[in-house]
This record gives sequence, C-alpha cells and structure tokens, in this order.
Amino acid sequence: MSELYVSSSPHIRSGRTTQKIMLDVIIALMPALIASVLIFGPRTLLLTAVSAAACVACEALWEKLMKKPCTVSDLSATVTGILIAFNVPAGMPVWELIVGDVVAIIVVKMLFGGLGCNFINPAMVGRVAMFLSFTADMTNYAIPSKAVDALSSATPLSVMDKLTWSDFPALFLGVHGGVLGETCALALIIGGVYLVARKVIKPIIPLAYLGSCLLFSCLFGGEQPVLSLFSGGVFLGAIFMATDYVTSPFTNKGKLIFGIGCGFLTAAIRIFSNSAGGVSFSILLMNLLVPYINSLTMPKPLGGVSEK
Amino acid sequence: MSAVRLHGVKVPHRKTTAGSTPVRMGVPSVVTIPMSMHIGVPAEPVVKPGDQVKVGQLVAVAKGAVSSPVYSSVSGKVKKIDDMLMSNGRFMKAVTIEPDGAQELYEGLAAPEVSDYASFIAAVRESGVVGLGGAGFPTAVKLDVKDLTKIEAVIVNGAECEPYVTSDTRTMLDDTELVWDGVQLLRKYLNAKRVVIAIEDNKPECIRTFKGLAQGNSGVEVVSMPSLYPQGGEKVLIYNVLGKIVPEGGLPIDVGAIVINCTTLAAIAKYIEKGIPLIEKCVTVDGSAVKEPKNVIVPIGTPVSEVFDFCGGFKEEPRKILYGGPMMGIALPGMDYPIMKNNNAILAFGERDAVTPEPTACIRCGSCIESCPLNLMPTEFAEAYENRDVDRLRKLKVNLCMECGCCSYACPAKRPLVQTNRLAKALLTKDIAEKKAQAASAAAKKDEREEVASK
Repeated sequence: MSELYVSSSPHIRSGRTTQKIMLDVIIALMPALIASVLIFGPRTLLLTAVSAAACVACEALWEKLMKKPCTVSDLSATVTGILIAFNVPAGMPVWELIVGDVVAIIVVKMLFGGLGCNFINPAMVGRVAMFLSFTADMTNYAIPSKAVDALSSATPLSVMDKLTWSDFPALFLGVHGGVLGETCALALIIGGVYLVARKVIKPIIPLAYLGSCLLFSCLFGGEQPVLSLFSGGVFLGAIFMATDYVTSPFTNKGKLIFGIGCGFLTAAIRIFSNSAGGVSFSILLMNLLVPYINSLTMPKPLGGVSEK
Repeated sequence: MSAVRLHGVKVPHRKTTAGSTPVRMGVPSVVTIPMSMHIGVPAEPVVKPGDQVKVGQLVAVAKGAVSSPVYSSVSGKVKKIDDMLMSNGRFMKAVTIEPDGAQELYEGLAAPEVSDYASFIAAVRESGVVGLGGAGFPTAVKLDVKDLTKIEAVIVNGAECEPYVTSDTRTMLDDTELVWDGVQLLRKYLNAKRVVIAIEDNKPECIRTFKGLAQGNSGVEVVSMPSLYPQGGEKVLIYNVLGKIVPEGGLPIDVGAIVINCTTLAAIAKYIEKGIPLIEKCVTVDGSAVKEPKNVIVPIGTPVSEVFDFCGGFKEEPRKILYGGPMMGIALPGMDYPIMKNNNAILAFGERDAVTPEPTACIRCGSCIESCPLNLMPTEFAEAYENRDVDRLRKLKVNLCMECGCCSYACPAKRPLVQTNRLAKALLTKDIAEKKAQAASAAAKKDEREEVASK
C-alpha cells in the first residue's frame, strides 16, 4: 500500500477558487465591453486585448526575473488589464496604454509583493499615471465614428450645465464621449448584478458609493446631481474598482463606510475642483484608509472578554 | 431561538449512510485499547499481561477527577501493555487483548443502583462514558454541577453537522428509547426543567420521532435547526438555541446550559438500565474509497483496517484515512489505529479527495471572516502569526478559535487557515507559560533579595 496523506483538518474545501472569482469578474465586464465596441468601434477590442496581454506579460516576466512561481493563471492580471483599457478613450495610442499597464502591474502590484499585497488599486493607479503623463490623449473623448456635437466630443461632465433630462437615455446607454468602459451604465449594472448574483461581491460598496455621491452632490449644490451620476466613471468605479477585495474593507460596516467615503470624495472633487479624475482619486484616497477602517470595524469575537 | 444567526458554511451533507441500520461486526483479531480516549488524566490499567478478561470487565480505572474508566470490549487474554503512538503524535499506554472469540460477558455486570443525584453521577462515572460527539470530555465531570439550580436548560445535541457522519442519526432512530430514557434521567436527577432536543433539519425522520415523543411532555422541546455547519458546536448550539453567549474561558453552565450529545445520553441510559458500560461504538464507515459504506457497531480497540475489511474493503487505493468527519476529523498515518470511545466515523478517501489543494496568495476577500461562527478574523491571525506578533494574536482572540474548519473551507485561495490558527494558539499558550515562569522567577529573586536584606 502506498503512503497515506496526513494533513490538518478540514479535509474538504469549497469549490470557490481565486481563478473562478476572477473569471466571474471578466464575465461581468463583457456587457460593458460589447457596449463599448458598439459605441466606440472595433478599436476597443484592440486596446482591451493589448492591455490584458501587457498586464499578463508584465506579471509573468517579473516572476520569471525574480525566480518566483508564475501566477498569471489566477487571472487577476487579466482583470487589471481589461480595467485599465476601460479607463482610456478610444483614440489612446497603444504604447501609452502599455505604460499604464506596466505602472499598474510592476510598480503597484509586483513591487509590493504581488496579488493581495498591494495597498491601492493597480488599475486606478495605472489610470492616474496615464492621466497625468498623457493628459491630452487621455481627455480626447471623441467618438471616432460620430459627428462632432456636445455629447459625443466631450465627457458629459464638462458640459453638465447644458444637459437636460432629455439627454438621460443617451447617458444611461452610454452613447456619449468618455473612456471605453465607463459610458454605458446599463452594461455596467448588468455586470454588477451578475457579480452580486454569483456572490463575488456584495452590493454594499456600489450602493453606498452611488447613494452618497448623489446625496453629497445635492448637498454641495452641484449641477444636475442625477445626470452627473450617470456621467463619467462613477458606475465603473463603484461596481468594479471600489469592490476590489484587496483594497476594500473586510466587514459590511467597513464596506459601508468605504462606499460612503468614496461617494463623498467623488462629489466633493467634482464640484469643488472640477477635475475629471474624481472617481480615481477618491477611490485611491479611500484605499489608503482601508487598514484604519478595518481596525475600527473589527467584528467583536463571540464571548470575547476585553483585556483590562 | 436567537434572532441573529451565527455565521457558518453550507457544507455538502453526503449522508449516504443515513438509511443504513448499524450492523455488528464480528470479533476482531486483536483489540488495542488506549488509556486515553478522553480529555483529562489517562486511566490506570488494573490488568496485567497474561490475565483473562471478559466482555465488560474493568481494564483500567479512572485516575483523578477528570478521567474515565476503561472496560474490555472482548473476552480473551491480555497480551501486552505498552506505549502506542496516538494520532496526535504522542505516546500513550495501551492494553492489547487477544480475543478468544467466545465474547463471554463479565459476571460482575449489573445495573447500578441509582436513587439520587450523587448516585447518578457515580453511575455515569462508572459507565466509562465520555463526550461521544467527538470531544471525549468525561460526561460525569460535565454533569457534576455544583449548584443544580443554575441549570436553566439541557440541550441534547442531535445536530450532527459533519458531512458523511450518520451514527448519531442512527442512535436517534434505532435507540430512540435509550435516548428518551436518558432525557428522563436528566429531568429526574439533574432536575432539568427544560430539555431541548436540537436536530439539524436534514434529519426530518429524527425530528418527527422525537416530536411525537415530546408531545404532551411539558419541559421537553424538539427544535429543528438549520443545516449550517458547525451547528453542533457547543457554543454555537447554545447561542442558536438559547440566545446565550458562553464567555471566554467560561463553561456552558455559566450561562445555565448543559449540552450533551444524543449518543452519549443513550450510552448513559444503557449503563443505568442494563449495566453495560461503554465497550462498543456505532461508527459510520464511508468515503470515496470504501466499497460498501455503512454504519457498523465496532468493539472499542478494533483496528480501523478490520472495520474497513468488514465493509468490503476498498474500491480504490485509500490515500487518506480519517477519524471522524471531514471538517474536524484527524488524518491517520496508518491503518492499525484502534476505534476509540469518541470515534463516530472512519472515512477513507482515494487520491482525488485526499490531496490538499496548493495554497495561493490571500486576496483579502474576507470569506474567512464571513464564515467564522465566532466572529474571528483568520486572515489577520495568519498575518500576526507570520510576524510572531503575540500581542496582536491575543487582541484578536485566537484562543477562542474552536478549529471548526469554516475558514479553511471557505477560503478561495485554499490557505491552511485552521492549521495556522492552531500554530498561533500554541504560540500564545507558550508565551503565557513563559511570562508566568518569568514572573515566578522574578518573584523568587525578589524574595531572595528581601531575605538577604533582612539578614
């Protein structure tokens, strides 16, 4: 008889794996990808594929150089790659996009120890790095195939005072200028519902984010608070960026605080500084607070007696 | 029942043997009976090699307050008394008996005289019964409550939340009378005004049976508990049934509760009625490698290999053998380990189910925290343990962990969280012991100095 395995209990494990979770996130991003192809044309596919491939290549190459086991099969780099592509406009030069990928994977993720060790969202930093380095290309929101008008050449955020409720269908369906993945709220919501149904994420962060963003926009006296919620990257950020496990709090209470904080900062940045990067900066700022939120919202152990 | 349910995990039930009425296996070729099949001080052998023993004859006496006597499960000749390597890695004295096959009953077996609380506890102690749900805590010690008025409710644990295991199910169905008699004994001698029989809802037949018996019996309730592992954990059950929280370092009686496993109760009733001590156990034999999974009544001390043989042997090569269920069971390094008092199952798995998945990086998803019934933070334990941060481990209350396995089960990165919790608990215990020793030696030095000074 061959030898017996001796290991610590438990001896059965659930079917959930990191890879399956990441695959679900990729599936949830597909409606937005399809919408983006319809709105911005086939270049979307090129940019998304290049970005995902670049992220995977960066991770694999880094691990090869560092003589570490290759972890690209967990699909987390693929997700980061797709999200970075979703944060650039359709006309973005490919090499500039790759710069964003390298920053995200090498600087933010791998230098800090790889998956699970980064304290801020890699895709968000990738976006900010590109935004600051290639501002002109990153803000050239025009839809290539469309004639130039107010909604198709600029992100609706910059023309908020000219918008009316008759523009809502265009905003909801995403037929307006912007970065690839953020414009179609409908597709992003479908993806979000899928993630919640598959128990990959809880709806707490997205709902708290959207709710508090709306509330604070009203309180701060912003133009068209509802319409502005459907413009820019709030939905992409709230559903796919702020819910990143690694950079969001553990507990429900913590998630609620985190979501409200993101919404508050987004509204504040948008209204008081008029910056198009409101979503990115607010999520990154809240990422930095996660360790504090975690320690403030630690669950109380059942029967635990606090030390004197 | 309490409004807020504790966390847990939905494990697969796999109770394929639930319909299998236990069959008694033949006399084994040898029995090896360890002196420690319970928590506490090991029993002391009263036989010597060469002695003839009969079924039910005392082999070892309880030593000290927290201990339990051991009886022979076979008739035959004591072959040797020596140390054996136990599944926990420690050596333990064990009595090896060579059965003669006659299975002659010991003449001295007689129902004990029980007339009051003291004689009831004495009988429970003599019965050799320990916590048969798995823990193995001497039942007499558990029931020996200083102040009986403190008991508000006795919970009969019929949750049986471990996958595969159905031996409690069979006790409830086949030995219904004994369990019920046990309930009456508790009511009579413990003066228990409220007895709650708690059964997971995946055993509707058991619930029906006891609901029928409890009807018209004020003071006995039968509650159907949701099948959410670890429903049968003592603290979990007390919270879910009574809404009470057992404080850290405390006992269930501190919140007026006593939890007793249904099979334990039946074993006590059997001894008090017939004078037969705990000498055999119904064990569930299952797992992907077992040819004919079934429930078997096994003489205590029988090697697990002979129990598997009785179940038709293996249909594929076994690569992992467990004492108990897959969530908290202990993996055995060999096939000649004996069936013990507190075994309720032995499982054998083929290669596919035996391999532990490779752990990947923690993605900080919080699944472990979400699944912990005691609201602990396993991922934080792991980090604190990596850094050997004893103070943080103390603050995080790693000592409360009951090693139920929910965190490891839920972890998508397949991290060995329970294993880390165990190591962290050991680190904490060691630290406490070291600090105590330091304080003691400091105090001794101070005394010395004072002595010198006074001279």
